[in-house]
Amino acid sequence: MADAHVEVRDLCVTVRGPDGAPLRIVDDISFDVARGQMLALIGESGSGKTTIALSLMGHGRGGAAISGDIRVGDATLDGVGARSLAAQRGHRITYVAQSAAAAFNPSRRVIDQVIEPALIHRTASPATARQRAVELFRALALPNPETIGSRYPHELSGGQLQRLMAAMALITKPDLVIFDEPTTALDVTTQVEVLQAFRRVVREQGATGVYVSHDLAVVAQMADHILVLNRGRVREQNDVRTILEAPTDDYTKTLMAAAHPVVAVAAPAARAPEPLLAIHGIFAGYGPVDKAGRPANPVLSDVSLTIGRGAAVGVIGESGSGKSTVARVVAGLLAPTAGQVTLDGEALAQTVSGRTREQLRRVQIVFQNADVALNPAHNVGDILGRVLRFYHGVSGAEAGRRVAQLLDLIRLPAGVADRRCGELSGGQKQRVNLARALAAEPDVILCDEVTSALDTVVRGAILDLLADLRRELGLAYLFISHDIATVKALCDDIVVLYKGTRVESGRCESYSTAPFHPYTDLLISSVPEMRTDWLADESFRNSAPFAGMNEQPALCRFLPRCPVAISGRCDTIAPPLQSMAAGNIILCHRTEEELAR
Amino acid sequence: MSGAPAMSRWRGPLRLIVKRIGLAFLTLFLVSLVIFTISGLLPGDAAQEVLGQSATPEQVAALRHEMGLDQPGPVRYARWLQGILVGDPGQSLVANKPVADIIAERLPNTLTLAALAALVSVPLAFLIGIASAVARGRKLDRALNILTLSMVALPEFLVATIAVLVFAVKLLWLPSIALIPKDPTLAEFVRAYAMPVMVLTVGVVAQLARMVRAAIIAELDRPYVEMAQLKGVGRSRLIFRHVLPNAVGPIVNAMALSLSYLFGGAIIVETIFSYPGLASLMVNAVTSRDMPLLQACAMIFCAAYLLLVLIADTVAILANPRLRQG
Amino acid sequence: MKRRSLLRRAGALPLSGKIGLALVGFWILAAILGPLVAPYPPGAFVSEEVFAGSTSQFWFGSDFLGRDVLSRLLVGARLTMGLSAIAVAIAVALGTGLALTAAVGPRWLDELLSRAMDTLISIPSKIFALVLVAAFGSSVLLLTLIVAITYVPGNFRIARSLAVGLARLDYVEVARARGEGRIHIALVEMLPNMIRPLCADIGLRFVFIVLLLSGLSFLGLGLQPPEADLGALVRENVSGLAEGALAIMAPAVAIASLTVGVNLLIDAATQGNVK
Repeated sequence: MADAHVEVRDLCVTVRGPDGAPLRIVDDISFDVARGQMLALIGESGSGKTTIALSLMGHGRGGAAISGDIRVGDATLDGVGARSLAAQRGHRITYVAQSAAAAFNPSRRVIDQVIEPALIHRTASPATARQRAVELFRALALPNPETIGSRYPHELSGGQLQRLMAAMALITKPDLVIFDEPTTALDVTTQVEVLQAFRRVVREQGATGVYVSHDLAVVAQMADHILVLNRGRVREQNDVRTILEAPTDDYTKTLMAAAHPVVAVAAPAARAPEPLLAIHGIFAGYGPVDKAGRPANPVLSDVSLTIGRGAAVGVIGESGSGKSTVARVVAGLLAPTAGQVTLDGEALAQTVSGRTREQLRRVQIVFQNADVALNPAHNVGDILGRVLRFYHGVSGAEAGRRVAQLLDLIRLPAGVADRRCGELSGGQKQRVNLARALAAEPDVILCDEVTSALDTVVRGAILDLLADLRRELGLAYLFISHDIATVKALCDDIVVLYKGTRVESGRCESYSTAPFHPYTDLLISSVPEMRTDWLADESFRNSAPFAGMNEQPALCRFLPRCPVAISGRCDTIAPPLQSMAAGNIILCHRTEEELAR
Repeated sequence: MSGAPAMSRWRGPLRLIVKRIGLAFLTLFLVSLVIFTISGLLPGDAAQEVLGQSATPEQVAALRHEMGLDQPGPVRYARWLQGILVGDPGQSLVANKPVADIIAERLPNTLTLAALAALVSVPLAFLIGIASAVARGRKLDRALNILTLSMVALPEFLVATIAVLVFAVKLLWLPSIALIPKDPTLAEFVRAYAMPVMVLTVGVVAQLARMVRAAIIAELDRPYVEMAQLKGVGRSRLIFRHVLPNAVGPIVNAMALSLSYLFGGAIIVETIFSYPGLASLMVNAVTSRDMPLLQACAMIFCAAYLLLVLIADTVAILANPRLRQG
Repeated sequence: MKRRSLLRRAGALPLSGKIGLALVGFWILAAILGPLVAPYPPGAFVSEEVFAGSTSQFWFGSDFLGRDVLSRLLVGARLTMGLSAIAVAIAVALGTGLALTAAVGPRWLDELLSRAMDTLISIPSKIFALVLVAAFGSSVLLLTLIVAITYVPGNFRIARSLAVGLARLDYVEVARARGEGRIHIALVEMLPNMIRPLCADIGLRFVFIVLLLSGLSFLGLGLQPPEADLGALVRENVSGLAEGALAIMAPAVAIASLTVGVNLLIDAATQGNVK
């Protein structure tokens, strides 16, 4: 490519491995980026995508050694005969980090940090830089562009900080902007807004970019070209359309398939199973409880749901929706301030200490992060053996036999029993985490974001395993997730939580076509689709009539964000529960016909 | 218009600071309980001790009554606490003078010594700590690490012995006893204080430098530092503009801890150099079992420690925008 | 196999760590064997000369009464090491035990213990030790207890923050949800994960205790004659300071080599763990 603005040849990055020996984490990578184009680096964790992006700034984390030829504009890696990449940092080459909340200095005002690159590289006077910052804030659709900069990072939301970081990256009118998973830490409805802002501003500025992501659908909206990476090597490299429509590499195909989890379940969909576990009108929260029985930080208000024997119920919601609190209440780890949990019609005590061992055995909980869910001091055999001894009084050779059975059930070799959890991979750990719950031979497993910390391909395998176990053992699941695709793949019934209230519940099928609750609608439409024109299509103009209003517990919690709120109704009385024709129940003032539109 | 928001902006941190002050007083009260319980209630009969073995039981009883020792414990504690609060912690059993007088004579000396030591050690510690953190993992850092690591582990009396050996015995530069003449000239002052301050400084510098380094390194590992580097921020701007403001909390806490360590060091240093300070007074009070004096000294040291911690907390609150706007 | 891996780990230490290990090893050996290899009885007046320098007969010279410094040093080292080790064991057992109790016990107990320890930690350790010595005296047993108790709050604070951090981790939550009792959670789920981070604290506390014990003895408030630990050896020869006598330098350097050695060893070992 003659007009290649970024040129990378034979890039290798080497770090010191855990044993002290050199370990090559990026191996012989070459690519070009033309001026004004966006290249996406895509891959799972450990693919080397961030490492490659950082090496474009001449930066190696933890003393990583970079070799090969890199040229950005007239700057090269070693800077011989021209300028070096390192000298271009923050000036001609800029960076948008994954977690803006952590990448902003907590003790300095945002505006000072945004204009800092312009000041240290002397590309503008403080006054001009401020002015340009405000223009960028406006272009990025930030609220109150004139004054938002005078805030401190902790006063701003994750989505706002991510956009402010983009402003910081663009303040010097750079030749190359590197986006490093800039929306991964955000909720899906926030991600859309941020992506739109990025896309618009990148087009306006005509910036050249490198976009690092694990999410093909996100990348499809942002990039012109895609480079698929796996374990530090290039698997496939082409323009976006070709990759999406006709991938040639097997790994790319796996990646694309895993993005849309489809679980082959022989779901007992038709027959209505007898209720096994039910939650009635739960209120719960944290902090001291006042006289009226309200905790200082209320999390759940009036949440009810029922799980039939052998059924899978999904609970979906964004961060702060209280979905994990539901699991904690059911497991007896947190006492609700009102409401009841029943098992087979029998009321369970509020906390663990009041429940019988048999009741405890029948309801098991599995946490999201297997790294901290398994005790690093014990080996797998001990962890599973403890559960067997505790609930079933099994020990010695019999316990060993049962442990081997369990490991077989979760498709791990029996030898794993002697290993410490630190020696297992992420997927293996999550399997052991599941096996610990299975060891109790429970009736229902509470799965709290069990697939969220995993890479796409591993996630698919765990979902398959969950579906198989359900079929083989007749297990019921309370499956908590932020990802609607995952929930849809596994569950029969779905409950949508927003800020601790249940805004919608119904059969899985009813989430395929309208009517939805306006929040459900936003949630579903915010999931990026794997086509290049999705972001342009969707008009996400979030013109909420009550955008400036504070949330009130007595009204619809979604009111400040709701695009279809009715003045005089939604802002005065609490919404009613309505049953739709498809059987789903929605907490909203709008009628079925209005919602169906 | 700016008045009201400005007021409300300070209400959050003010409440926090008032809370800390209240907590400090509560702690000081509990400390007084502990000290009085240990030293005032449990041990043998102070009256007997003052009068010696030859005293008649009547004499002892009379003195016990005079000293209030025949009263129940809580009453004695209340009296003692009241005395402390009004600045009269009782009569020294040994010197037969009011404890307040003895302390008034000694306290300024210890404060001078501590202030001088702090004045020397804080800048030195910052220099070492910052240099070490910036050069993390390199030769300079490793050398400073081993140096400070060794310095914190040295007993004061070894440092004092070596100092006396070098400066008083071999070089004959300094006196081995810190006698401060009345109205000293600058030279006399320096000569008198040089060695005690030097000895006190060794431990404090090392300890504080290590904590400063740790505080900075903890910050250097945070993502905003890498971000700043990727913005092209230079090293000194990175340390002084980005990292240090965030490390203020841990650093001022480290300073409070190190300065309170000065009191401990002063006990040995004042004794070795026969320096007439509060710490050597306290050692004498232990030796002679002069409980009222001992209790008063202990309370002063504890109050000073709590004051330092309180100041550090306040600075940390004001330096942190999250707490400042709390 | 275990021994070999220990050896390998010792071999992997940086130079400073090896020096530390050598110093610590030397003093452990000295504490065990010292009195057996001491050339003279520690109380015997063997030299005509007081504060003599090093000779082939008296390697470290003689003290203020003409006793052999080396012999007294070897006996004193055993006292210093032994008492400090016992004190550190008591301090850590109490501090960590209370910390675990606070972490798994009811909330009011945690608050009570934490408030009590915060109070004690507000009394600077040497001041606290002085008050205790004044009140209770300084027999060997009492002195060991006093020094141990002085350092309980510090260990409690560190162990509690470790335990509270662990108590929030999912594997402890899972154990609670399973219905496990508090003792199981404290001893099986939490304690094994605290040992490694606590090792460094135990080492540091040993150093503090050696220094405090020696400091008290140096002030004449610690071990009383005829018992003499290293600090007492410094004190009894303090009249030789003006001449720079070996009798005062030797025990002081001995203490320093022990404490510096422990510090170097811990530092090197913990850095190795981090990697």
